[in-house]
This record gives sequence, structure tokens and C-alpha cells, in this order.
Amino acid sequence: MAADATAEARLPAVTRPAGRRAAAVRHRTEPLLVVLGLAVLWEILTRTDVLPSRYIPPVTVIVPELADLLTTGTFWSSFGATVYSWALGFVIATAIGVPLGLLIGSSRLLHRATSVVIEFLRPIPSVALIPLVVLVLGAGYQATLMLVVFACVWPQLVQASYGAQAVDRVGWETAVSFRLSAWQRFRRITVPSASPYLLTGCRIASSIDLIIVVTAGIVIRTPGLGNEITLAANAGSFDSMYAYILVTGIVGYAFTTGIAAVEKRLMSWRPEFRKAH
Amino acid sequence: MLEVQSLGKTYLGSTPHEAIRDISCSVTEGEFVALVGPSGCGKTTLLRCLSGLDSPTTGEVRVDGARVIEPVASMALVFQEYGRSLYPWLTVEQNMRLPLEAAGVSRSEIRERCDRALTDVGLQGMNDRHPWQLSGGMQQRVAIARAIAYRPRILLMDEPFASVDAQTREDLEDLMLDIRSRYDMTIVFVTHDIEESIYLSDRVIVLSQPPTTVAKVFPVNLPRERDQLGTKSLPEFIELRTAVHRAIRRDEDVTAGALAKA
Repeated sequence: MAADATAEARLPAVTRPAGRRAAAVRHRTEPLLVVLGLAVLWEILTRTDVLPSRYIPPVTVIVPELADLLTTGTFWSSFGATVYSWALGFVIATAIGVPLGLLIGSSRLLHRATSVVIEFLRPIPSVALIPLVVLVLGAGYQATLMLVVFACVWPQLVQASYGAQAVDRVGWETAVSFRLSAWQRFRRITVPSASPYLLTGCRIASSIDLIIVVTAGIVIRTPGLGNEITLAANAGSFDSMYAYILVTGIVGYAFTTGIAAVEKRLMSWRPEFRKAH
Repeated sequence: MLEVQSLGKTYLGSTPHEAIRDISCSVTEGEFVALVGPSGCGKTTLLRCLSGLDSPTTGEVRVDGARVIEPVASMALVFQEYGRSLYPWLTVEQNMRLPLEAAGVSRSEIRERCDRALTDVGLQGMNDRHPWQLSGGMQQRVAIARAIAYRPRILLMDEPFASVDAQTREDLEDLMLDIRSRYDMTIVFVTHDIEESIYLSDRVIVLSQPPTTVAKVFPVNLPRERDQLGTKSLPEFIELRTAVHRAIRRDEDVTAGALAKA
């Protein structure tokens, strides 16, 4: 034991990577333990009827129910519909919000001129538009898309606008002094400078997107996971209702984790992600 | 080749500020000119006007007879804030390539120029590092390499070594002398350090307190071959240092006197 300790002290370079690997494993297992702990707690509370198991089934009922669902066509078509609406809404909102935001953020005049309108429209909850959208577009798939786009354009636009304003003055003047054209400066300086903000915008928009898609499913009954939740609840099959709710949670988690992974890759130059050489 | 004719710069605003009153001077081909002056004397403003980043309120700047109204291809500017002037999302080489790609230089030529410039600043093989992986002195070397790879005829430097430690500073000063002898460049160098201005240059232009004018011009008649210890202990060097110092101080005294009277 004592011999080991001295060896370790003498060879920090060898022992440190192993220590780091152990830490990495710990970082992955810690959250998992919390999840398991909560599941066990849920199980106990529902089995002992502290929580009414008629409305809140135990985990050991929900998970097999979910496994069963995964073998049905209904599940996959509603899952597909939700992911599709999410993705399409995300792409459209990004395509509108990011260029517009970068443009507004790059021009002091535009920024001043548009700020009142943006600050007025932005806080309107997208769900408040449900009646209007349904009246105009009907209770279909376009209505959902419209709501998603309205909700997600703002975070994208505002983040892009902040990003364009975050361009460093010296870096900008360096580009001007080296005679980069306006377009070259936009592409090579403004966009990369703004990219951390753009990714934050994507992260915010992606979760709002999912919330709206599921809400639209519940309220205006567009096909998808939200609609399935309402159907299951109306039919009194709470097991599958919870199974669907669980799926929406997993989908949301997957989107956020995915974007975080992209961020880590693309932003390796940012101080918070830098690795020592 | 670089001419400044009665240049003046007043910043307009609620309280207009006359930064530069009247500066005329000219820099000949291949010359190394140092601009010194008390802090806040509009050295940087003058350099910005020379580079075309800023436009003078009165007078004009000409390069080879052509009036400078925006940055021109024959000039490159090295900033004091290397950490902000280099782009953190690009590698060392990508930082150097950016201006060359913008100027439409061919791929093979870009490679050649980058490699040569990096070697000349003593950073060969550092192409794929990121600026933030390098020390401050090395980062400023990258900024210098980027400027010389651009092949300007005139290199403008704005207090480039003001934010590095003393040892690094001396190394970078010697690097500039070396680069000057390798490349056929005219250099205008702004500094507040008197020794640095004399050590590097052929001519020291002392600027006055704002509203700035040229207080005095000192030709530096030291041998071209210079080294930190030898040159700085030459009697001519010390004499010149005292003279430049006096020129700056006298100007400060005059201003102080004027203020006291007012």
C-alpha cells in the first residue's frame, strides 16, 4: 500500500490519465444513479399507494408498456410525425431567424428600427395564436408548423442578432485593413464570431419546438405523440399515456444532447471548450 | 513614398475633440520611422489615418502620389492587441491565409508565402496550432507573419510590443530588425518607448501633446547592425535618448504651463 502510494507520487504523468478516465466514468454513472434512484422511489410510492396507482402506474408497468408500444405501427407513425414536424419547423425557423438576425445585428440602423416590433412580437406565446391559426389554416399539419415557426423564429433571430453585435472591434478592423470585402467579412468574421450565439439559439429553439409540436398534438390533434397522449388519456389507458409522455421526454433529451455534442465539436476554439495542446 | 500633408483630425460629438492639429511628414522608400510621444498624443489616431481605417478631417495621406481614402493593398497594419487581431476559430496558417485568399493570391503561392513568413518569425511548423495555444509573444509573431505574408510595401505597427514582457519585447525588436533586412519594406512604428524608437529606427518623429503636431524630428545615425547591449550603450544612443526624452518632456512642460496659465 505504502509502496504504491510513493510510486504514484513519483509517476504523476502515468497515473494522472488513469485518474481522469476514472473521473469520466464517474461523470457518466452519477446521473444514471440519480435516474435509477428516482425510478425506485416512484416504484415504492406507487406500489404502496402513497401515490394513487390508478392514475399513476408504477415504473415497472410503464416500461413494459413502452416496450409493447415500440412494436406497434401507430407508435412509429406518430413518433415519425412528431420528429418530422419538429425538424421541418426547426429548419424553417432557422432559415428565417438566423439570416434576419445576423442582418439586423450587423446594422445599427436596422437594429434600432426593428427593436420595438421584435420586442412586441417576441413575448406573445405561440399557443395564444392557436385559435387564429386554426381559423386560418384549419386544424391540420400546417397549423402546427405555423405555430412552431412562430415560436422558434424569435430565439434564433435574437441570438443571431446578439451574435452579429458580438464581433470584436479589433478583429473587424484587422479584416477591413486587409481589404476583405463586405461579403468576405460577413462570411469569415461575422458568422464565426456569432456562431456560439447561433448554437445557443438552436438549443433554445429545439426545446421550444418540441413543446409546441406536442402541445399542438394535444390541443388541435395533429397526428403525433401529443395526439397519442390525449387519445390514451381519453381511453383511460394511463399506462400508455405515461409511456408516450416518457417518449417525449426521451426525444427532447436526445435533441438537446445532440446539439450539445455538435456545439462541443464546432466550438473547440472557445475558451470553455479548449483542450490544452 | 508615404506622404502626410497638413493632416488634422477632430472627433466630432457633443464636445468636439481636436486630436491632431497639423502634421506633415514624409517617409521614404525602405525607411524605418518611429513615431513617439506622450500617451494620449494621437499616435494611434495618426496611424489609423495613415492606414485608411480612419479619415482625416483636414489634409491628406498619399502613397506613391495616390490619396488614401480606404485601406490600400500596399499597406498592412499590425495591432497592439494581437489576441483580438488574430481569429481564435482559425489556426495560425488559416489566419495568415485569410487576407491572401481575399486578395485572390494563388494556392501554391499562399503556401509558399505562409511557410516563409512563419520561418522568418521563428515559428516554422506551427501552422496548425491555434493562436490561443501560443504565448503572447508568439501570437504577436503570428500577427507579424500574417502581415509580411501579405507582402505590403509599407508596414504600419501600432505599439505592437506594448503588452508583452520585457525579455519577449527585446526578442521581438530584434525580430523586426531581422525582418526589415530580409524584406524590402518601409516601416512606420508607433511606440511610447523612447529606447525602442531609437533602437529600431532610422528616424524618430516626436509628436506633441494633443492637439498634436510634430514636436521634433531626430535622424538616427547609428550603424545599421544593431544589438540590444552594444547599441544601447553607445554614447550616440544615450545622447539621442536624452534628446528625445527632453523633446517629449519639454512639450509636456509647455502644456502644463499653458494649463497653469489658463
